[in-house]
Order: sequence, then structure tokens, then C-alpha cells
Amino acid sequence: MSEIFGIPTALLGSQLLVGLINGSFYAILSLGLAIIFGLLNIINFAHGAQYMMGAFVAWIGLTKFGINYWVSLLLAPILVGAVGVVLERTLLSRLYKLDHLYGLLLTFGLALIIEGVFRDQYGISGLSYDVPDALAGGVNLGFMFMPIYRGWVVVAALAVCFGTWFMIERTKLGAYLRAGTENPQIVQALGINVPLLITFTYGYGVALAAFAGVLAAPVFQVNPLMGSNLIIVVFAVVVIGGMGSILGSIVTGIGLGLIEGLTKVFYPEGSSVVVFVIMVIVLLVRPAGLFGKA
Amino acid sequence: MSNNKDSMLFNITPFLFGGLFLLGLVAPFMAYPVLVMKILCFGLFACAFNLLLGFAGLLSFGHAAFLGTAGYICGIMVRDVGVTPEVGILAGTLAAGALGWVFGVLAIRRTGIYFAMITLALSQMVYFLVLQWKVTGGEDGLQGVPRGHLFGIVDLSNTLSMYYLVFAVFCLGFFIIHRTVNSPFGQILKAIRENEPRAISLGYDVAKFKLMAFVISASLAGMAGATKTLVFQLASLTDVHWHMSGEVVLMTLLGGLGTILGPLVGAGTIVALQSELADTVGSWVTVIMGVIFVLCVLLFRRGIVGEIQALVKRAGIH
Repeated sequence: MSEIFGIPTALLGSQLLVGLINGSFYAILSLGLAIIFGLLNIINFAHGAQYMMGAFVAWIGLTKFGINYWVSLLLAPILVGAVGVVLERTLLSRLYKLDHLYGLLLTFGLALIIEGVFRDQYGISGLSYDVPDALAGGVNLGFMFMPIYRGWVVVAALAVCFGTWFMIERTKLGAYLRAGTENPQIVQALGINVPLLITFTYGYGVALAAFAGVLAAPVFQVNPLMGSNLIIVVFAVVVIGGMGSILGSIVTGIGLGLIEGLTKVFYPEGSSVVVFVIMVIVLLVRPAGLFGKA
Repeated sequence: MSNNKDSMLFNITPFLFGGLFLLGLVAPFMAYPVLVMKILCFGLFACAFNLLLGFAGLLSFGHAAFLGTAGYICGIMVRDVGVTPEVGILAGTLAAGALGWVFGVLAIRRTGIYFAMITLALSQMVYFLVLQWKVTGGEDGLQGVPRGHLFGIVDLSNTLSMYYLVFAVFCLGFFIIHRTVNSPFGQILKAIRENEPRAISLGYDVAKFKLMAFVISASLAGMAGATKTLVFQLASLTDVHWHMSGEVVLMTLLGGLGTILGPLVGAGTIVALQSELADTVGSWVTVIMGVIFVLCVLLFRRGIVGEIQALVKRAGIH
């Protein structure tokens, strides 16, 4: 068996793949947080809970209604995004004139409610979700064995991230969004419906989280608490990357996932805290974050 | 006009505090002492948190780290090193203060929402360290911490002795917070909260003041945590979990942000509610906490004490 630095390549490869997958989730989730924050000035604490809801919609769809994975991939973001739209219209929109911290507190409360309801219904033991048939099995890459589904997760996540980037940076809707982030009053004065834009943005950010949840369902177990621990790591990712740049969020997310994967190989005990340690270093060296505006 | 209101409030304050002090003295004979001790520990925790959010405008989402760390340090010192309880509490308080300094130095580099996220991430790091470290007992936590003898003399396994120690610790912490808020230092904190650029332009070293407030708040949160470990003879992962950081925000918000007594009232309400609900609704407690959170943020931002103060003020005018 071949080795690099005394580590079998197969082990290194598989941990890097796990890292890449985690990194893809960090990227989608931090991207969602960043675009919501850009326009609403709110940190969406419920993001983790909405990711978990995405996974549950897929699981409930499959076990109760026989809805397959591919339909769920589309249906879950729409449903959960619609819930997000309702929450934004009925609750969040009342807070825009107040200190931004109230938005954080409100979404924290929402996260507790959502998590609590699912925990009551489904307990805390994980529920398994089978890999769809088309993506079952794996390929031998020569140095390692790669399950096809895991490769698909990375490809799908990157495609959605770059699609989002394209929409924001290269389309007219994206131009409105960027302008609204800079100065909502002027944009409103130019005759663009800013409240609608805000609602759409929140719904889209939430839909991204739900999409990540469906992707995650076959990799991790579907569990009411699956989002809450993840979201804190994503907060650290956001602090490291800064929320100023879309591509920055994607690069930071993937990069940190890979570093976490490498840590699992070389120093397993440190893998759960490595992202936080990097956050500390970044705060000391470059307080505004890697891609943040000073 | 405003002088009139203030002087009226000022006049009732000593009577209010005196009445509460007497109530604290007789409380163990009127209610279940362990519950009252729990309320006092969480009350001090919330008051310490409020010093930071209510008076300096800094939202820390990682205060569980100070409560928990101090609890573990106190537990290890008393159980494994064998020191007396007061030394255990002191060690826990100092450890939390030192940790607060580290958190503060890092988090103060950013403001607002980032400040909250950084403190949350750092406290999650503490959570993982406590979970993995052998000394802290991992998933089991630190069990069977003896209450010991205060100064080597007073046996704390006696519930009443324990209660009066907790009450004394609470009063000390509360006094420190009250003094801090009403000192020139407290005024500067308020100035920073209201208008940071202006405070800077007046020549105040804002970062230094924020850091001092953070360390004081963390130390007192630690004092509450260390005392709580002695009361329950247990330090567990619950105390360092981010849910706990959220709970202290809720207590403060419900009681009244930036009021002196609010956090105590909020802590009392939440603790009583939790112990009441735990038997009847089980896992719905989290949901109910979430609902209270949402209602507080949407409809009830002044909190219980804040609303009462507003009523008193209005009554004072007419």
C-alpha cells in the first residue's frame, strides 16, 4: 500500500473527501448566512434548524409518501423556503428598525422551537436515509475507493454555490440585490420593491440551507440536532471568511473543510476544534476576516 | 420633570433592596431551599451577563463557558485536590475571569453580530475541550463533588448552611455589579453603549473598558457556576453547552435588559417554570423556552421589571 508522510494514501484520500463534503456544507450554509446578512442585517440563527428541516422533509417524503430523492432535492428547498418566507413576513420584518441583535435573538428562539418540535416527534436517535439507486456504489480511483454519492454531494454543492454566485454577480436581479445591500433607501426610491426583495432573499437563503439538508440526509443520519452543532462551526467559518464576498464564503468553507479532514488524519483529537483555533488565529492576525472589508 | 421621576424611583430603591434582602433571609423556610439556591445561582449568572449586555451593549453568546469552566475548576479543586469550598469558589471565579480575558481580547476586535458569533464559537471550543479532557469526566461530567466544610469549620452538607453561603455569594456578586454600574466606570460603559464613536472621540480607551467589563462579567458568572457546583455536587456538560448561553440571554431579556433587578426576576421565572414544566410536558420545555424568547423579542422587549418601571414612571407623572 502506498503512503504519504507515513499515512496510507487511501486513508488520506478518504478523509480529504470527507473534509471536502463537510466543506461543501460549510460553503452552502455560510453563503446563505452571508446573503441574508447582506440585505437583512440579521444573522439567521435558525439556519441550522432549517438545514435539519430540509433533511427531514426528504426523509418524511420518502418514508411516508414515497417521494424519491430527486423530487425531494427540489421540493424540500421550496417547502422550507416557503416557511422561511412566512417567518420573514410575519416575524422578522417587525424587527428591521431595531438593533440587529434582536434578529439574532428572534431566530435563536425560532431555532429552539423548531428543534424542540422535531425532537419531540422523532427523538434524538438518527434516522437513516438510503442513497438513491442511481448514485449507489462507488468507483475505485486507484489510490482510494470513492462512493459515488459523496462525489455527487461535492459536485451538486459546488454547482449551487456557483449558480448563486452567478445570479448575484451577473444578473439583473443580483444587481438589485447588491444595490439593496449597499443602500436600500436609494434602491427603494428608484422604484424597486425592496421589502419583496428582502423576503425573496430570506427565502432563498433558507432554501439553500434546506438543499444542503437533503444532500446531507444520505451521508449523515437525519437527526433533529444535526443542524445545531454544525451552525456554530459555520459561524466560525463566517467570522474567518468575513461576509463581504460570495466567492470568499465558498473558498473559506471548502478550505476549512479540507483542513478539518487533514486534522482528522494527523491529529484526530484536534479535529473538532481546529476551525475554532483557526478563527482565533485569524482574529489575531486579520481581525476583519480573510475576505472582509476592514 | 425627569428629575421628579428619578427622585421618586431613588426613594423606593433602598426599601425595595431591604425588603428583598429580608425575603432572601427567610426564603429557605418558605420555599424548597434547593430551588431558591438554584434561582440565586442563575440570578447571579444573569446579573453578570446583564452587566455586559444591558450596560455595555455587548451581546455575549458564550457565557456558558464561564459558568461551566468555573464549575468544573471548583469541582476538581474541592473533590480531587481537597481544598475547602471557599477556596474552590475563588479558584473557579479566577479561572472564569482569566478565560473571560482571553475571550474578551479576541471578541472585542469585532463588534455587533460578529462579537456574538465569536463568543459563541469560542465557548463551543471550550465545550469540546471539556468533553474530550479526561480530568473533566467527559460525558459523565464531574460527579460526587463534596460540599465540604466552609473555612474548615461550617459543615455545608447542612442545607441551611449551604443556603446562607449561596445567599452571601449572591449578595456579594450583586453588590459588586450594583457598585460597578453606578460608578464612573459604569457611566463610561453606558456612554460606549449609547454612542461608541463619541466615547472614542472623548478620549476613552473603549477597548480597555469593554475588556474590563467582560472580565468582571465573566468572573461573576464563574462565581455563580462554582457555587452552583457545590449546591448540586455536580458539574456537567449542560453548564458549558450553548443552550445555557441562550438561556441566560432569555432570563435577562425576560426580566428586563439593563435593569438591576430584572435578571434576578427573569432567572427566578425561568428556573421555576422549568422545574414546574419538567414533570408535566417533558421535552416540550425547549419549545416553550423558544416561544417565550420569540414573544419577548417581538412584544415585550422591556421585560418584566422594565415594564413595571415604565408603569411606575407613568404613575409618577400623572
